[in-house]
Amino acid sequence: MAKPIELKVNGKTFSVKTYSQAPLLFVLRDDLGLTGAKYGCGEGQCGACTVLIDGQPRRSCQYPVSAAVGKAITTIEGLEKNGELHPVQQAFLDEEAFQCAYCTSGMIMSSVALLRQKPNPAEAEIVQFLQGNICRCGTHPRIVAAVRRAVSVSRERRS
Amino acid sequence: MSTKMNDVAIEPERYEFRAGSLREFALPRRDFFKFLGAGVAVFAVTKNVFAMQETAPGPRMRFPELPKEINAWLHIGEEGEVTVFTGKVEVGQNVRTSLAQSVADELRVPFSSVQIVMGDTKLTPFDMGTFGSRTTPTMAPQLRRVSAAARDLLVEIAAKEWNVPAQRLRAAGAKVTDPASGKSASYAELARGKALAHAILSEDPITPASEWTIAGKPIPKVDARAFVTGKHQYTPDLRPGSLYFAKILRPPSFGATLISYDDSKTKAMANVVAVRDGDFVGVAAASLGEAERALAALHAEWKEVPQISDRELFAYLKKNVSDKVEDRDIRRLGSIEQGLGGAAHQLQSTFTIAYIAHAPLEPRAAVAEWKNGEMTVWTGTQRPFAVRVEVANALHISEDDVRVIVPDTGSAYGGKHTGDAAVEAARLAKAAGHPVKLIWTREEEFTWAYFRPAGVIEIKSGINAEGKLTAWEFHNYHSGSSGIETPYDVANRLTQYHSVPLILRCGSYRGLAATANHFARETHMDELAQAARLDPLEFRMKNLSDSRLRAVLESVAKTFGWPAKKTEDGQGFGIAGGHEKGSYVATAAEIFVDLATGNVHVVRLVTAFECGAIVNSNGLRNQVIGANIQGLGGALFEAIQFANGRITNPHFASYRVPRFRDVPQIEAVLLDRKDIASAGAGETPIMAVAPAVGNAIFDATGNRLRSLPLVPNGLKQA
Repeated sequence: MAKPIELKVNGKTFSVKTYSQAPLLFVLRDDLGLTGAKYGCGEGQCGACTVLIDGQPRRSCQYPVSAAVGKAITTIEGLEKNGELHPVQQAFLDEEAFQCAYCTSGMIMSSVALLRQKPNPAEAEIVQFLQGNICRCGTHPRIVAAVRRAVSVSRERRS
Repeated sequence: MSTKMNDVAIEPERYEFRAGSLREFALPRRDFFKFLGAGVAVFAVTKNVFAMQETAPGPRMRFPELPKEINAWLHIGEEGEVTVFTGKVEVGQNVRTSLAQSVADELRVPFSSVQIVMGDTKLTPFDMGTFGSRTTPTMAPQLRRVSAAARDLLVEIAAKEWNVPAQRLRAAGAKVTDPASGKSASYAELARGKALAHAILSEDPITPASEWTIAGKPIPKVDARAFVTGKHQYTPDLRPGSLYFAKILRPPSFGATLISYDDSKTKAMANVVAVRDGDFVGVAAASLGEAERALAALHAEWKEVPQISDRELFAYLKKNVSDKVEDRDIRRLGSIEQGLGGAAHQLQSTFTIAYIAHAPLEPRAAVAEWKNGEMTVWTGTQRPFAVRVEVANALHISEDDVRVIVPDTGSAYGGKHTGDAAVEAARLAKAAGHPVKLIWTREEEFTWAYFRPAGVIEIKSGINAEGKLTAWEFHNYHSGSSGIETPYDVANRLTQYHSVPLILRCGSYRGLAATANHFARETHMDELAQAARLDPLEFRMKNLSDSRLRAVLESVAKTFGWPAKKTEDGQGFGIAGGHEKGSYVATAAEIFVDLATGNVHVVRLVTAFECGAIVNSNGLRNQVIGANIQGLGGALFEAIQFANGRITNPHFASYRVPRFRDVPQIEAVLLDRKDIASAGAGETPIMAVAPAVGNAIFDATGNRLRSLPLVPNGLKQA
């Protein structure tokens, strides 16, 4: 039966009453009102629901909420800091790397995860990493360009 | 610029439209300025009869005649803010931006001062729908006309206030100025305290593309920041208070009927509503989990009917051609017999086209709320006004009591013409006494939405010794007639579309049959070029006088480097082109076939595209490249599989769509023809991809592929 579960999302702690096997995606969207992560397939095949769990990209539609207890969950809503976009968000904006943009949250979260793992990925590594994210509008070249832009912006900031 | 306006500005309470009825204009007039505040408003009343987009085989869309409708309106408020109302919708094709550019351009105001209200049946004028690449060629000029009229109205106001002739005043930079006296007033100042409304006829002149200042610029997408922050609310993201979540009981197969039904276990659950209405069974509950459990507790038995499978499909299509032949389905010129008689080479080939799915990433979804006898439905659809009719009919209520609102939507590609999810959510909301949200699962989307029709195409042709076409006979069975007519010069031709009763539910799709017809035609042209021992491009040019099509072919050849020299085994090059819905496309492809494994890799695509005057090259480039990538799916591997009334691959794991690794190097060459009225660009750029790739595979291997998809399992099993 439904019981209170404590979740740490975007640095804040929430208590939600839900079933332990409920997919994290629906808890985020329906209980916490964080609708940035999207339902695209519910099968872990499209990446629209991607969030970070302890920094790792995870398909929240396949992730039971009970497994997220005690872990740091980051959604697209948690990337912007003090009104300033995350460099990956800014790069997607600058490249206009979207059309209908329904895949964009997932693309950005996957890209953020990639750059955490590998701050300077080769183009083939970007393509490989995003292989699990579907864009039906065919905006792939701009998405790759946006990740590359985020890489070079971050590099400039570091130097 | 002068416009044909009604003679004088008149108060909104008393005005009459010179033409047109208010039948579809849902906002009561007296509420109009109450709703928007004071200011100046202009309505466009169209007399145009739109060329209908070809519809899929099956029940054709029937619309009431469109003339004499208001089809756009615009309001300038007391702070100078411009609000435009159109029934078109934004589904990722970027028309919210491009339409605002046209308004800003014509009204002579900054781009940022224009807001567009789209796809809301209560606020926006009737519109048939967003399809057929019609928004840019029809809605943009309409909005320009209301903008021009509003601008002239402001000039008239200034002329009256300053007691000077209107002709000597100038409108620019959101101001009216009098160069003679140096007087100037902002649009905001002129609109303040007014409640003026004008109706105009749609023939009023508009600014030519050569004089555009805001249109024609690659302005970034409006509201873009909301998309990278996750703040934009698509239909599935809406969360009205006390919301219920819906699940629908689907039959096990198409056409199955409900023979027994037991909802006693479901009805015993708290906070659950179950509805059976004919063969419709749905539940709604306070959470999605509870709705899923409520659905699982239903017991239903269905009677199924035998149905054909994908294995028998193409033979079935040929055997079941409908007896009724409509005149418009056949076009003849000259004599095929004579043309073939005089041919040095004759050629005959048959092509097949599989069903494919749109698979928009935002599945069909709706939020419905029943309040005070009125149903409001938020849903991602391309045809909000048609969905309003669907909902009203389904619930047996008046259309006046239904409001359909379309939030900017997570894509459609022709797949969201119907209101399936809207009707289902509305039915449950009416029973639940709560707002109800329904999001179709991916499996539901793959199964219960509609498909791009499958088809068989047969071509018989002849060429003379010089490589000129002498005969062209073309038959399309079931897949549709858009783009069916050859653009090449041939004196003897017969083109026929053969309708076949529906097997699977079919409907529109980006480019629809134009993709199938171009695939067959441009593949066959390649076969003829080989028979004539001519380069494929040279052969096409020899038979082509359409200068716009020649221009895109020449342009693509130049950028691609056609003819190209092979540098390794397995490499191949192909070219194809055509025109549809007023725009022209040519694509050249380089592919590589791994001769050991049979894997086909598309290495490079170059697409040249011309759609008249370009409104926004940034958005256009996104659409052209996007169409190329989407087109690769249908070209290479997308196919709906089915048996016994069931879709057997209703998941992204089994229905393959293009992913990052499938994407080649792509270049879009955009030809800007400021002397030609802008055409739409959402569809045509998809058409030449499949034949260009297929022709390249032939070039690499000598293997001529005549079925879409070309290589669902690689070349070896093809």
